[in-house]
Amino acid sequence: MIEIDFYTVFWREMVVFRRTFVKFFASRLVSPLLYLVAFGWGLGRGIQMNGGNYLEFVVPGIIALSAMNTSFNAVGVSLNMSRLYHKTLEEYLIAPISAGAFVLGKVLAGTVRGLVASLIILALAFVFGAHLAINGWFFLVVILTCFLFAALGVVAAMTINSHEDMANFATFVILPMSFLCGTFFSPDRLPGAVAYIIEVLPLTHSSHALRALARGDGLLPVSLAVLAGYAAVLFVAGVMVVKRVR
Amino acid sequence: MIELRQLTKHYGNIVAVDGLDLHIEKGEIFALLGPNGAGKTTTIRMLTMLTKPTGGAALINGYDVMRDLDKVKKEIGVVPQHMNLDQELTARENLELHGRLHRIPASRRQERIEELLDYVELRERAGDLVSKFSGGMKRRLMIARALMHNPKVLFLDEPTVGLDPQTRRKIWDLIRRMNNEGMTVLLTTHYIEEAEVLCHRVGIMDKGRLIALGTPRELKQKVGEVVVESFGGKDTGYKLFPSRDRALAYAGQLDGNVLIRESNLEDVFVELTGRKVGD
Ligand SMILES: Nc1ncnc2c1ncn2[C@@H]1O[C@H](COP(=O)(O)OP(=O)(O)OP(=O)(O)O)[C@@H](O)[C@H]1O
Ligand SMILES: [Mg+2]
Repeated sequence: MIEIDFYTVFWREMVVFRRTFVKFFASRLVSPLLYLVAFGWGLGRGIQMNGGNYLEFVVPGIIALSAMNTSFNAVGVSLNMSRLYHKTLEEYLIAPISAGAFVLGKVLAGTVRGLVASLIILALAFVFGAHLAINGWFFLVVILTCFLFAALGVVAAMTINSHEDMANFATFVILPMSFLCGTFFSPDRLPGAVAYIIEVLPLTHSSHALRALARGDGLLPVSLAVLAGYAAVLFVAGVMVVKRVR
Repeated sequence: MIELRQLTKHYGNIVAVDGLDLHIEKGEIFALLGPNGAGKTTTIRMLTMLTKPTGGAALINGYDVMRDLDKVKKEIGVVPQHMNLDQELTARENLELHGRLHRIPASRRQERIEELLDYVELRERAGDLVSKFSGGMKRRLMIARALMHNPKVLFLDEPTVGLDPQTRRKIWDLIRRMNNEGMTVLLTTHYIEEAEVLCHRVGIMDKGRLIALGTPRELKQKVGEVVVESFGGKDTGYKLFPSRDRALAYAGQLDGNVLIRESNLEDVFVELTGRKVGD
């Protein structure tokens, strides 16, 4: 009965999402808008990047990092609060549903939020005059990115035992990735060891894959496989940490 | 029916629950009474599978809380000590979420939601976000939520803590009504009156152990049903007697002010531990 149970978890998230949509929409508008103004117009005007303009270079990066941030926070922060502070997680733990159904419901809900945030940026980018080639693969990469960081949110929320440490995790893990993983510049400009670390991080593959697709260069199969691998591993890890919560 | 066999929980060096043996019959209202830190919540958490016992076993209607998790989950309803309603949902949505989590089919679920909203008198506020509710309303909604899937055993951890006397009585009436309809109830409390007027049997807990067990009447008989308190005279006294006659005879020899009253469970606790429940 995992089909029904994951939908119950997802349903709850969507009830709240619908209710708070205007606030979500407004808040998801602000930082991409600032990035686009700063890097697209301000700094980026006149910069050429791999033969295209900087705006078109940076938009896939901003989409990748927003997908990551939105999905991670949507799941991580609320689940951490639910476990440690509101104790609403207990309501799920005393219900006859499996850890797999719970995690799937939460992760899909985080994915929806990340996807909506990405769509907002896409729309903004067109307003700013970016020319991007968007196709189904592009959305698949966005969805995988959202999914894997939502699953990372589950793992973090279930293992980190204070709200402050949750914020620290975001500062020391998520924030550096936002800037270094091929979002605003190509990581091959970084010194060797750092570039190597960056190369194995999932967000790097999201930005690379999205950028290649947006430019019309087609799919990067390795990046897609890396993202799918991360998504699977983090999902399983999420299920495991929920299982041993008692 | 609830059965505890040497149920034990350690948190590092702390022994929160120390080898609890207890048998609660079907249809009973049973209270675990004890001061802060006695181990009441830990006991409930083990019985509701939110915490793994360190040792021992517990059965609910014959199902093992360590092994038959899904079976036990269908049998029990839980009202925790802390408010854990979903504040981002309305009252009705909280009930709906619980109903869905327990896979109650949609038509039956809607019926049950309306039934319970009437039962706990929250119909007028059903569409409001829970974050706007008063403490008493939240507690009533938590009880309704626990009843959604028709459990046979209900656990209530400090169901009236922080509520005014009037609201407290309302909750008691609700618990009595559920019990009359056949529900077995295990509640914890550190209110003497709650244990005394609401419950069929009381287990007094202290430092993780059950130090006394019986009906309120039996427990009071054990230590003496009449209390003589004296003050203002040579000595401030406090003494328990098995009968009124003996108490009067003793009081006659005292000078100063004398108070003769029936004993209560507080006296039982004091007699057994030398401390008050509230300390
Ligand atoms: N998660 C935990 N980690 C460590 N110690 C704990 C934990 N939960 C409870 N304890 C300890 O176990 C003991 C019993 O606590 P418990 O919450 O069961 O008491 P209680 O009878 O419910 O008290 P109260 O009336 O204050 O609710 C206490 O000493 C408490 O500090
Ligand atoms: Mg307690």
